[in-house]
Formats: sequence, structure tokens, C-alpha cells
Amino acid sequence: MRSVARGSTKVGVGIGWHRRLGLLVGVLVGALAGVLLASPAWALPPDLAYRIAAGDSDARLQALGEAVASGDAELPAYLRALLDGEVKLAGGKVYVVQGGQPLPADAEDVVNNNRMRGEIEGALAALGLFSPDRAARAKAIAELKGSADEARLALIEKAEAAEPDAALKAALGQWRAAVLVASADRGKRLAAAKLLAASDRPATRSLLIERLAPGAEADPEVRAALQASLDAVAARLAWGERLGLLFTGASLGSILLLVALGLAITYGLMGVINMAHGELMMIGAYATYLVQNAFRRAWPEAFDWYLVAAVPASFIAAALVGAVLERTVIRWLYGRPLETLLATWGISLILMQTVRSIFGAQNVAVENPAWLSGGVQVLPNLTLPYNRLAIMAFAALVLLGMAWLIGRTRLGLFVRGVTQNRRMAACTGVDTARVDTYAFALGAGIAGLAGCALSQVGNVGPDLGQGYIVDAFMVVVLGGVGQLAGTVYAALGLGVLNKLLEGWAGAVLAKIMVLVFIVVFIQKRPQGLFAMKGRSAEA
Amino acid sequence: MSGLGMALSSPRGVLLGPRGWAGVLAASVVLLVGVPVFNLAVPEGSAFHLSDYAVSLTGKILCYAICALAMDLIWGYTGILSLGHGLFFALGGYAMGMYLMRQIGSDGQYRLPMPDFMVFLDWKAFPWHWALSDSFVAQMLLVVLVPGLLAFVFGFFAFRSRIKGVYFSIITQAMTFAAMLLFFRNETGFGGNNGFTDFKRILGVPIATPGMRVFLCCLTAAVLIALFLLSRAIVNSKYGHVLQAIRDAESRVMFSGYDPVAYKLSIWTLSAVMCGVAGALYVPQVGIINPGEMSPAAGIEMAVWAAVGGRATLVGPIVGALFVNGAKSWFTVAFPEFWLFFLGALFIAVTLFLPDGLAGLLKRRKGQP
Repeated sequence: MRSVARGSTKVGVGIGWHRRLGLLVGVLVGALAGVLLASPAWALPPDLAYRIAAGDSDARLQALGEAVASGDAELPAYLRALLDGEVKLAGGKVYVVQGGQPLPADAEDVVNNNRMRGEIEGALAALGLFSPDRAARAKAIAELKGSADEARLALIEKAEAAEPDAALKAALGQWRAAVLVASADRGKRLAAAKLLAASDRPATRSLLIERLAPGAEADPEVRAALQASLDAVAARLAWGERLGLLFTGASLGSILLLVALGLAITYGLMGVINMAHGELMMIGAYATYLVQNAFRRAWPEAFDWYLVAAVPASFIAAALVGAVLERTVIRWLYGRPLETLLATWGISLILMQTVRSIFGAQNVAVENPAWLSGGVQVLPNLTLPYNRLAIMAFAALVLLGMAWLIGRTRLGLFVRGVTQNRRMAACTGVDTARVDTYAFALGAGIAGLAGCALSQVGNVGPDLGQGYIVDAFMVVVLGGVGQLAGTVYAALGLGVLNKLLEGWAGAVLAKIMVLVFIVVFIQKRPQGLFAMKGRSAEA
Repeated sequence: MSGLGMALSSPRGVLLGPRGWAGVLAASVVLLVGVPVFNLAVPEGSAFHLSDYAVSLTGKILCYAICALAMDLIWGYTGILSLGHGLFFALGGYAMGMYLMRQIGSDGQYRLPMPDFMVFLDWKAFPWHWALSDSFVAQMLLVVLVPGLLAFVFGFFAFRSRIKGVYFSIITQAMTFAAMLLFFRNETGFGGNNGFTDFKRILGVPIATPGMRVFLCCLTAAVLIALFLLSRAIVNSKYGHVLQAIRDAESRVMFSGYDPVAYKLSIWTLSAVMCGVAGALYVPQVGIINPGEMSPAAGIEMAVWAAVGGRATLVGPIVGALFVNGAKSWFTVAFPEFWLFFLGALFIAVTLFLPDGLAGLLKRRKGQP
């Protein structure tokens, strides 16, 4: 036992000296015995410590209030010991028990009733506001923010003055205003209501709406001020929200674009109703998973950069599977679209079951690299997550690469030639069979890239592709078959439309409405947004 | 026109002859007499006894055969591949299911007159679309009307805009996918994920008795045979010949003065109604209906029954449905992991090697072209 005979230590010679000594002793004792409560012993005025622990509840609470107001740095550890029942009383002194050393024979336990416990816990949280650790302070603010107790005002003001971090300082200011706006004093309420107009935080808006609710604020002048502040805050927030909606829409659109780009080749250019497209994406996602595991095992220090290797790996894996499929199955079905639909559906079943047999039916875990977590804060209520930004950039890159490949290279020329007029292309010496294989493999590889991207934002499991196949076809059909530009517009348009409707009607209904919209749209424009110009009578 | 009709019907001449009638008769005897006798009359220990499981399995597969027949009319004979027939099947099933849910009465888990899922959602009154659910006649009308009306409206707009081929297949898939999402929601009032189950009786008669099981199985068989005869009459009529002409050369039919929209719309609606009836027969035999029946996968599977059996043969798709679903029942018990491999391989093999399905294989072996 380390008897902290607080009554007998020489308090008052110089608090700074004591603290330094306390710290030194604390570090030493802590290092030697693993004792946590070394330092508080020296700094907390012993009589105060005693008063907190002994007497009737009201007196104890008063002492607790004094101690908290002093903002003493060692108080939290003492209070924690108090809550844990490690504080004993004997002969007008407090003892903090550590381990099983002997106590004075007449030592008594400190009894904390529920009210006392609650108050001590509250005080502990309040003291967290002064913790040297930023995370602890943020936690304390988050915990206490709910209460609008005017008694805390002094504490909040003190914490705000001492707070070095700008974000937390703003949060404290916000909290102070929230307490003031609920104050019993009309003048303070009015002042706070006006003060809140300058805020640009979503929390302020909810606070103001709360105060404006019937029964919360009776005074008409204060109500008017609250309303004015609410309007100002809402106007300031509206931009962030609109941009946020646009961003999530564009983010969904970029995912749809990635998903649909491969299909734009296999279906749009080659006319293969590739129902196994989703499963090729799944193969890309599983390739990413395997690369991740390989990095973790063989090269853990470079784990953050596994995606750099996973991107080509997922492309190659899916492209190889695609090439094999083209050579063995799809080759025989050109010009019979409904047959390709059934055959590729069969392929998708086989691929799914294969993956299920190898990796199990459960989802596998693909971890984001560290540099993809987090986000950049543009506005107070608008944070753009890095992984979403990365996917948008990735989709743009894939799109550019594909446009270049189809539009500017010899292979692309051949692909276009074969799709436009197979026999004429063959006559000019193009190996059409080989071009078909390359084109299908390219479409499959791009599906693999989409799978790699999806593994960063969603679950990776055998059913990954099933969730996207209908969407992918919708995008390609809506955009106009054989039109790369149409696919881009359709993907982004559907993404934003989906998110707009989602805010209004919920996720499932939004999805249904989008599907109905597409069905109706196709009635109006059977050739999609951008019809191929031509004289063909049959689609 | 008559020359065209002759040319079209000649490969299926067997259906019209005495052998066709003999086949129908044989099937009727086996299903309508054989099933009751071997299940009910033959004692359980006997080697000839047909187990209860086999009876309900037969009934279930016969429902699928009706769907395959419907697929054949629209795909095999008219050339329109629908991937949304699972929706019509499920709608018929749900209409039947609603009636069966009301028949449970107060025998549910909560001992209340409302279906359990509504009690669970704390609903106090039936939603509007349950208004007629207490009446057997009304619900049976809905079995026909709901899929029929939906198909009519959907088909009207789609065919009028001349959506065809793959486009049509894809939007029917979107339709059934959207409906599935809708039915998955609890607020829709169809039991959400779980759908309807725990049925107790139908028209006041307990549902889980051997007699009822055999009756439903025989009823399904009778409906199948009747629909088969109807389909055969249709495809051999002038109307049926126009359908086949639309399949082979729609533009030429149009230029000859026919309006393909009316033909396509009528056969499409009939086909949907047939699926709805199949669904209504399916639910009391299987004892459950949930939104999984509307999944895009279910719709595609129907297409494969028709393709496996052989399109445009009427008998072929029925045989295909029996074969594929028989294989499914066996595989899922014996080798559950291999069922999807088998089904996938079947899809590929049929499209690559058996474009005319099992019926085509049979013809080839007989030496016919």
C-alpha cells in the first residue's frame, strides 16, 4: 500500500515545486510498480480530497464542484479511484489503495450512492475537456454536448479559452451558445440567438430548429432572432448540401460508368449480351483480394501500395477468363443475341459456383490502403472521402484509356472495322476471329478493373456481380448501344438522378423509380439517348 | 397464306395426328389416375407406393411446365424472349397467397385475425389491396387479371414503340427486378422478405392432407393438359401462323398488311396469364411464396426450360421443365455444390449444341432433317 497521508504532506510551500516533484515521483513510482495514481497525491489539496470523499452528499458535491472549477490536472485520476472504490477513509485522511498493502485498522470504504456516482462521472467527463490529449478532449465535448446545464457555463468558457485546437474551440463555442440559448435569462438567450447566425455547422441548424419547436421558446423577439439565425445558417448550409448530393451522385455515376464501360465494348460494340459481365467484375475483385493477401504475407511494409499491383492483376485475370470464354463459347454465337444471353448466363452461374467452391460463400475482406481512408473537408458540412475521389479519377482514367484504345490505335481501328462490316474487314486482311477475342478480352479486363474499384467501396463475395448486372445493362441501353459518350452521360445522369430521388423517397423506392424511368424512357427512345445514325431498319 | 401455313406446321404434324392424341391421353391417365391410385390406394410399404414428397414434387414441376409452355408460346412461336415471366408467376402466386393467408384466420402465431406479418408490423387494418382477399372467387379473378393487366399495359407500350429482341428482354428483366425490390419492402403489404407461408386451409379444407395434395397435383395436371390443347389449337390456327411469321420476319408481316402489335400483345398477355395461373397452383402445393420468385434468375431459368426441351414444339418445353427441375431436385439433394455447375453447363450446351433442344435431338436420331 502506498499510504497517501494527505494530511501530513507539506502542502503549500509552492504548488509548482510540488507538481514537479509529484511528476517526478509519479514517473518513478509508476515505472517501478505500475501504479497509476502516483501524482495526484501531491497536488490535490488534501482537505478538498477528503471533503469530496466524506460527509453528506450535498457537502461532497459542493467540494466536487470546487475541485472541478479549479481545473486541477490530477483530479481525474483521483475521481476514477473514487469510482473504482480504491479510496479509503481513516482518521480524517484519504488513502488511495494500490495492491494489497496494509491499511490502518479503522479504514472505511467510501460509499458512493447513485447520485454521487453520476455527479462524479459527469465531473470526470467535464475534466476531460482539459485533458492534454486532443482525442480525449474531443470525446469529452461529444459526451457533454447534449446537456444544456447553465451551471457548466463557467467550465465551458474556461475550456474554450484554453483550447488550442481550432475545430474543438469552435465546437466549444457552439456548445456555449447552445447553453446560452436555453438560458433562463432572456437577454442572454437573445444575444446567443443572434450570435448563432454566424455558424456554418449542421449542428447549429438542428439546435435552432429544436429551440423553435413549439414550447421551447416563448418570447416572440427571441423567436424572431432564432428564425433569422436559422435562415442564415440554412442558406449557408444549402450549398454544401447541394454539392454533397452532386458529389455522391457523381460518385455513384462513376461506379456505374466503370461497371458499364466493359459492357459498352462486349455488348455495345460486339453485340454479345454478356450476362457474365458481373462475374468478370467479381473475378477482378477476387484478384484484388489475392494480391492483397500476397502483399500482406510477403511484403507487409508495402501493404499500402498493393492496389498498384492489384489494378493490372485484376485486369489480366478477368481478360484471360474473357479470352477463354470467347474462344470456347461466345465465338459460336455471334449474330444470335438471345442465345448469347442464355449461354453467358450459364457461364455466370458456373463462375459464381467456382468462386464459391474455392473461396467459400462468405464475403472476403479487402482492406482499404491507409491513403484511401479519410477525406478532404471542403465545406464544414461537406467532406469528400478519398476512396470515392480515387474511384472517380480511376473511372476517368479508364474511360480515357479506352477511348484512346478504340479511337486511336490499330487494334481499335480493327475492332471498329469488324463491328461495322465484318466481311469487308476480313477482305482487307483483318484477322476477324483474333480481333473478336482481343475485343472481348478487353471488355472483360475493364470489367475486372471495375471489380478492383468496387472492392474498395463494397463487399467482395460470389454475388458481387449479380447486384450490378441489371444496372450495367440499363446504363448501356440508356446511353445508346455502341456509343461511348452516351454511356458516360447515362452513367453520370443515372447516378445523380438516383441520389436525388434517394433523398426524397429512400433508397429502394429511388431504385425502383429509376428502373421505371428507364423502361418508360426506352419506350420513347428505343435507341437510347444517342441513336446510331444509319439507315438500318432493324435495330 | 395457306402454303405458308402448311410449311410452318409440317414439322409439327405429329401433334395433329392420332399419335399426338394418344400422347395426351397417356399423360392424362398417368397423371390423373396413376398419381391418386399409387399414392392413396397402394399401401405405404408397397414398392409401387408413390410417396407424398413425390406427389408434391410432381405438382410443383407441373406448375413449372405450365410456365415453360407459356414461354414457348411467346418465345418459341413469336420470337419474343421474356425474362420477366417470373413476375407474372409470382403475381398469380401472391394473389392466391393472399387468399390463403386470410384462410389462416386466427390460427397464426399471434392468434389474431390479421396475418402474422401485419400484426408484427402493428397494422390495425388491412391495406386497400387486401380488400377482396377474403373472397375465393375474387382472388381467383385477380390471379388472372393482375398478371394479365400488367402484361397488357407493359406490352402495349413496349410493342407500340417497336421494342424488340434483346431490348425487350432487358426491360422485362428490369421490370421484374424493380417489382422484386418493391415486394421485398414490408410497407408494400406482402410480407416483405418472408412472403406468405404457414398456410392452413383452402376453402375451409385443411391443406396439408394427402387427399388435398393429390387433388392439387391432379388439378395442375388437368390445367396443364387443357392449356397444352389450347396452345396447340392456337399455334395451328391462322392466328398462330401469323405469330410464327412475326417471329421469322416481322417487317414482311407488317408490309403484308398485318398489325404485329395486336398479335404480339394478345399472345404476350395470354402467356402472362398462363404463368399467373401456374403461380396460383404452385403456392398451395409448395406452401410458400416470396419475392425470390421474381428474381431475374428465376425468369431466365424459365427460358432455359423451354430451350432445353426445344422451342416451338409445345411438348419440348414441358419435357424440358420436367427434365431440368427433376435434375434440380436430384442434384440439390445428392450434390448441392454441383447443381449450379450442371445448370450453367446445361445453358451453354443447349445453346451451343442443341439449338432445337431435346426435341431436336429426338428428330435428328429419327433421321429427320
